[in-house]
Parts: sequence; structure tokens; C-alpha cells
Amino acid sequence: MTLPLLLQHLANALALGSLYALIAIGYTMVYGILRLINFAHGDVFMLGAYVAFYCVALFLLPWWASFVIAIVVTALMGVLLERVAYRPLRDSPKISVMISAIGASFLIENVAVVLFGGRPKGVAVPDILNVKLTLGAVSVMSVSLVIPICTFALLAVLLWVVGKTRTGMAMRAVSTDLDAARLQAIDVNRIISFTFGSGSLLASFGGILWSYKYPQLNPLMGVMPGLKCFIAAVIGGIGNIQGAVLGGFLLGAIELLTIAFLPTLTGYRDAFAFVLLIVVLLVKPSGLLGSRQVEKV
Amino acid sequence: MLRTENVTMKFGGLTAVSELSLEIGKNEIVGLIGPNGAGKTTAFNCITGVNAPTSGKVIFQGEEITGLPRHQVTRRGIARTFQNIRLFRELSVLENVLVGCHLQLRANLFEATLHLPGYRRRDREARAFAMSLLEEVGLAADAGEPAVSLPYGKQRRLEIARALATRPSLLLLDEPAAGMNPQESVELMHFIRRIRDQFGLSILLIEHHMQFVMGICQKLWVLEYGVTIARGDPAAIRRDPKVIEAYLGVE
Amino acid sequence: MRPGRRHLLLSLAAGALFVVALALGDQFLDSFQLRVSSLCAIYVVLALSLNLVNGFTGLFSLGHAGFMAVGAYTCALLTMTPEQKEMNFFLAPVVPWLAHLSIPFLPALVAAGLVAALIGFLVGAPALRLKDDYLAIATLGFAEIIRVVLTNTQTLTNGALGLKGLPMYATTWVVWPCAALSVAFMVFLTRSSYGRAMKAVRDDEIAAGAMGVDVFRVKVVSFTVSSFMAGVGGALLGHLLTTIDPKMFTFMLTFNILLVVVLGGIGSITGSVIAAIGVTILMEVLRFLDGPLNFGLFETEARPGLRMVVFSLLLMAVVLFRQRGLMGNREFSWSMFSRAGLARREDGRA
Ligand SMILES: Nc1ncnc2c1ncn2[C@@H]1O[C@H](COP(=O)(O)OP(=O)(O)O)[C@@H](O)[C@H]1O
Ligand SMILES: [Mg+2]
Repeated sequence: MTLPLLLQHLANALALGSLYALIAIGYTMVYGILRLINFAHGDVFMLGAYVAFYCVALFLLPWWASFVIAIVVTALMGVLLERVAYRPLRDSPKISVMISAIGASFLIENVAVVLFGGRPKGVAVPDILNVKLTLGAVSVMSVSLVIPICTFALLAVLLWVVGKTRTGMAMRAVSTDLDAARLQAIDVNRIISFTFGSGSLLASFGGILWSYKYPQLNPLMGVMPGLKCFIAAVIGGIGNIQGAVLGGFLLGAIELLTIAFLPTLTGYRDAFAFVLLIVVLLVKPSGLLGSRQVEKV
Repeated sequence: MLRTENVTMKFGGLTAVSELSLEIGKNEIVGLIGPNGAGKTTAFNCITGVNAPTSGKVIFQGEEITGLPRHQVTRRGIARTFQNIRLFRELSVLENVLVGCHLQLRANLFEATLHLPGYRRRDREARAFAMSLLEEVGLAADAGEPAVSLPYGKQRRLEIARALATRPSLLLLDEPAAGMNPQESVELMHFIRRIRDQFGLSILLIEHHMQFVMGICQKLWVLEYGVTIARGDPAAIRRDPKVIEAYLGVE
Repeated sequence: MRPGRRHLLLSLAAGALFVVALALGDQFLDSFQLRVSSLCAIYVVLALSLNLVNGFTGLFSLGHAGFMAVGAYTCALLTMTPEQKEMNFFLAPVVPWLAHLSIPFLPALVAAGLVAALIGFLVGAPALRLKDDYLAIATLGFAEIIRVVLTNTQTLTNGALGLKGLPMYATTWVVWPCAALSVAFMVFLTRSSYGRAMKAVRDDEIAAGAMGVDVFRVKVVSFTVSSFMAGVGGALLGHLLTTIDPKMFTFMLTFNILLVVVLGGIGSITGSVIAAIGVTILMEVLRFLDGPLNFGLFETEARPGLRMVVFSLLLMAVVLFRQRGLMGNREFSWSMFSRAGLARREDGRA
């Protein structure tokens, strides 16, 4: 393989990894607080992309305005999702909550099929993201560079929120011990809503960028990325934000570089993540950056 | 009977049990006492295979059982109850005890599903034995009730019956008198002595009620922050200045 | 008469009635109705198999579609004639050892179950070390891996093209006996000591271990048996629809079965049977939702997906408002009636 080609693959892997990272953060934040796989997270990602698409296609808004509207709307959807599907079950057995999550995911997907139609839709990529940048023999689309930049910027903001603000402190308190946090007069419900809101915001950010990089929408587009990003979060160590980002990049790199070097495996692409998941769960269930938790007797 | 040699259990940075060396003889009743969080339950967990000790050995009837899986430990004759009651919630009282008979039933999937004659005979015997145990703990009348519907005191007794159903030679009781009034704990004391004699058991128990422990145990181990600060017969423990300071002084 | 005796007689009478009903149905239902009836029976098998792991052993497994796929492909490849194989595999010829292999349906059905059980065992042995949601996602992952492998092994499975023209072996007299056998198996299993051990593992693993139950082994056995049933169910489904392809066996299929189990009551055989029949019929009845809807004054265009919206809502409504489903973990029994009768008589006296 030539060096320019390798660089090209690396650039693509970086972009895909960044998108995975954005979605994985939402999983890890929710899991950190509620110990719950938000199965519908991938569908929130899909909604983000569709809302932005319709803002442009139906209301003829400029792409940046659509972008802002879409992430706000989707964040609110995330909050609503928690209210409806998860909050009533907070003290129920884990299996009920998981079933509710699966139900919510299917509901969103099928409502999307009904509303948006099952056929794929083409996305108009904003001009500035559609510029071909050439450096020597390497050429990449500008969107592939914008994506990692956005991801790192959002990560920085998120880490600041979680690490430095009062809300962030409360989030950490809730994730360590929900009942203790309640006793310290933390408004647990507000924190959980905030977590879902910000996780969904990042997912829709990812979804819209995804639709600029791979400009086609369909109602099930969130399913595979959703599953893979949960896996990324597990690989990185669930509950750990940096871990989710690391897992996202790792997964993106493994996926794209494997098919770049071993093209015969292309058909197996969607299985890589699951194989990796199973290996990680068996070898180091707490993930790369996570800490292990044991059930007390 | 049971011996532990320098058993240590660490959870991350926390040493829950440190260098514990217990010894229980045949038909003895031994007490393990100490303030909350001293590592008593963790010591039980190390013996029964719930936790694998970080270091040290557990030796039962001359055989090392350190770190064996739980059911293997039970198979060798150690049964236990739990501090926070762990009954099979959706099973009836009788079925809870029958699960304890699982080992005696020696049934594989096909034998059991097809209800083959050998299985049926053993099943009948197990039911009779389970009923006799329920009789013993005064729960025979509740046999068909769901286990969760029992009041707290009965749940504790059901746990003991269930443990006895595994036909143990060593019984570990984790705070059996918790939540009982003085009258009930005196009854429990008699009950424990009785099952010891009847089933030829050795018993290791954790308890907070001092009178209870002093009244029933032949030997005591006192833990504080995982460290054994005293051991000996109840009279000596009562006089031990370290124990008085750490534990009894509070009373 | 002793109650045991009476219940046995009642059960025999019910069995005879069931056979008569099948015979009548087979005579008088049209082919579409027969197909729905067979689908009901297959869903009974599938729901029971999922309930065995989820409801009775407390393992949240989401990998059922994978084991069904294994069963369906095994059975199809074993029963298809050499000519059919040659017709199907036009992109690349089938592997030589399969090309001329063709055996009767019933042994192939058993083989389908056994291969699915083997795969279930191989998946379960590592995956069952995990718990709760990790187990769920790992089993889902394995099912996806199975599907991806089926899509990519062109010379073994014909890849994405799938297999067409399977013989329609899944007749009333095959599928309903399979369903009845599954029900009987589950009833006897759950009443036996082994079933009790499974429920103990479900209710409290640690306590079950302390009672001498080999928790891991019970889990693996339950998972393997469940995979066997899923494999058989998948094979029957394949031979009812007469075409299979990897796309059929997505998570959507597992979702449908999960819906049945949750609706009927997790941990209830009776519930699974009732819900399997109810949901299957409802799925067919509501098929009109996916077509154009006529509201008299106006007509909407076809909206495929609306039917699944209804079922997703149904699932959510059950978990949110009636978590125990139709039956909770209760079961149908003859004494249910005698007890009700007794109560009535006592009322009468008072
Ligand atoms: N699984 C575990 N993981 C981490 N820490 C534990 C675990 N089990 C017990 N501990 C800790 O070990 C210490 C001893 O606990 P325990 O044995 O339950 O005390 P006791 O039974 O004497 O009250 C406590 O500080 C407890 O928090
Ligand atoms: Mg304790």
C-alpha cells in the first residue's frame, strides 16, 4: 500500500471514528447514570439527520440554521424519550427497562418509516463541506476534516461541563450513587433529563455530520451505528467519557483499516464490532479505561 | 472441620479481611463478631466461594477449597444463610427448600423432564425431607405460600431450612437474629442448639446481639477493619480491653 | 374421583378435542387461513423457546433470530434436491459435499435443531459469563455475526440471494404437533427439579449457587435447549414460507418473539401460547394498515410501517402499564376451575 493511500484511509478512519465517538458519548453518559442501554440512542441519531434534512428541504432554511434547529429539537426528543419510556420504570426490574428501550427504539424507527417513507433520501451537502482538499497525492473532502475538529471541540466543552460546572458535579454524584445524591438534595430528575438532552444533542450532531459525509438518509440508518457505538462505549469502559471517545476512534480505525488491508473481508465489516465486543467482554469486561464493579452480597 | 489460613480479601485499595485464621471444630458453635463493615460477611463470602480470597487458604475437612465455585463448596458440605435475605422470590416456601435438595435429586435435564421412575422416587423423598425441615422451623403450614409473602422472621427461618436441605456438615449463619425481639432470639438460640445436635452440625455465626453470642458460642473471633483483634472463649473476650474499647464499650 | 385422575382425563379429552379441531381446520380452512394457523403454531414454539431463557432462567437473550437462521438454513440445505440446489446456486456452485445430499424432512428438522443447539452452546459458553444488558448485547452481537456469515458464505448458503423453492413441508400435521410437543416439554420441564433450579437461578444466582446448583451449567443447558427449539422453529418457518434469506433473520424477528413473550407474561407457558396465537392473528388482521387506508371521505396512501408502529406501541404499553403481561407467571391448570367451582359453591351456601 502506498503512503498517500494509507493517509487517505487514515483520514477516513479518523472521520468515521469521530462520528462513532460522538454517539458513543451519549451511551456512556446514560449508562453511567442509569445503568441502562438506551437502545433508542441510534434512532435519536437518525432523527437528528432527518430533522436537519427536512428543515432544508421543506422550509428552505440555510444549512446552518437547520443544523441548530435539528440539534435542539433532537435534544428535546431525547429528554422526552426518557420521560416517557424510562422514568416510569426507574424502580422496575432491569429486564423491563430494557424491553421498554427496545420498544421505544422500534417505535421511533417505524414512526420514521411512516412519516419519512422507507425509501432512502439524498442529502444536499453544504458547499463549504463539499470541497476537495488536495495535498500532494492525498485528497480528502473538507467534511472529513471538519468532523474530527467538531468532535474534539464538543468533547472539550463536555469535559468542562462535567468537570467544572455545578451541573457536572451533580451528574458525577448521581452516577456514583443515585440515592445518596438524592439525599444531598440534588434534583436527580433534572440531572437525568440533562444527561439525556446532552447525549441526544451530541448524537444528532453526529447524525447530521454523518449525513454530510455519507449523504443518504433512511429510517434504519441509526441501527447499526447505534449498536456499534454502544460497543465502542463498552470497549472504552462504559461510564467513562474519554473511554467512549477512545473506543469510537478504535472501532472506526479497525473497521476501515481492516477492509483497506484485507479487502476480502469487506462483507464482514458489520461483524467486526461484535467480534471485538465479545473479545473485550471476555478479556477485560470493564473496558480499556473503565473500573470494575462487583455485586455486593 | 474448617480452617482458614491467613485469608485476605482486598477490594481495590480496601482490605476488607486481613490475615484471618479461623478454626472450627466438630459440633462447635463459633461466633464471628465485630462492628459494621468489619469484614465478617466478606469472610463468609471467602469461605463459601462467593469471593475468591486475594491470598490465603480455606481448608475444609482436610481438603483445600479456596476459590472453588459456590456449588462445589456446597457440595462438600458447607451451607449458609445471607445477611440480606436471598430467597427465591417467585417460588413457594416448599419449593425454596426443594432447591436446597437439588444435590440429593441428582437429576439431569432429561431424567427430570421425563419424570423417570428413579427421579420420581428421589423427588418423593426430597419432598418428604423438605416438609420435615419446614416442620422443624415451624413453617409447615406456609408450605404453599410464595416465599416473599412471609413476614421477615419467617423468611429468616426459611433460609435456615433451605440451607439445611443441602445436608451440610458446617452451617454459616449471617446475622440470624437480626430484627428479632429478645423473646424470639432466645427461641432462636435454642433452635440453633437443637439443629446442631440433631444434624450433627458445626456452626459459624455472625451476630451483633452480645447476649446471644455470649450465650451460645464456645469460641469467638473479633474483627475490626478486617483485622482479628481477639479470639478465645466468651469469658475471655468479655474481659479483653481491646474488644471493650472497639466494640463492647459502645454498648 | 381423585383430582389427579380427573385432571388426567380432562387433559386427554382436551388433547382429543385438539386433534379433532386440527382435522376440521385442515379440511375447512382456506390456504391463507391454514398458513396463518401454521404461523401461530411456529410462533408458539419460538415464544416458548425464548421464554425458557428469558422467563424461566432470567437470561436476557436477544439472539434468537440467529439460531432460527441456523435451523432454517440447515433444514433447507438438507432437504432440497440436487436439482433445486443447482438452480439456486447460480452465482457459485454449492460446496460438493452438500450438492447431492438430500434427506427426508423429519430427520432434517431434528438435525436443524441439533445444529442450532450446537451453535447455541458455542455462543452460550462464552456469552453466559456476562449478565443482564451485557448478555443482551452480546447475544444480539452473535446473532448479527451469524447473519453476516450467512450473507458471505456464498457456496454454502447462497449468500444474500437466499434459498428459494423449499418444499412446503410445514403443514398443519407437522407444525401443530411440534407446538404441542414444545408445550408438553415446557410443562414437564418447569415442574421438574431441573426447572426449579432454573427458576432459582433466575430469582437469585448467588443463593442458587449456595444451594448447590451449578449456576453456569444450568444457564448453558437452558440456552442450548432454547437454541434447539429456536432452530426447529426457524426450520419450520423456512418450510412454511418456502424462501429464506439472511435479511429475514434480523433483530426484527427477535423483536416479534419478544413481543409475544412479554405480552403473554414473562415466565408463563400459558401466556406465551395465547399471545403467540393472538399476536400472529393480529399481525395478519392489521396487515391492512400498511396498505392505503379508506376513511370514507378520503383515502390515505399506503404507509408501510404503520402496523409495526401499532406493535411497538403495544409492547411499550405492556411494559409501562402492565408489566406482568397477560398471565404474569401464572399457568392454566384444571384445578383453576375446581377451585373457582369450590368458591362458587361456598358462596352459594353462605
Ligand atoms: N463486593 C465488594 N466490593 C467492594 N467492597 C466490598 C464488597 N463487599 C464488601 N465490601 C466492603 O468490605 C467491607 C466489609 O464489609 P462486610 O464484610 O459486609 O462487613 P460486615 O459484614 O462485617 O458488616 C466494607 O467496607 C464493604 O464496603
Ligand atoms: Mg455483614
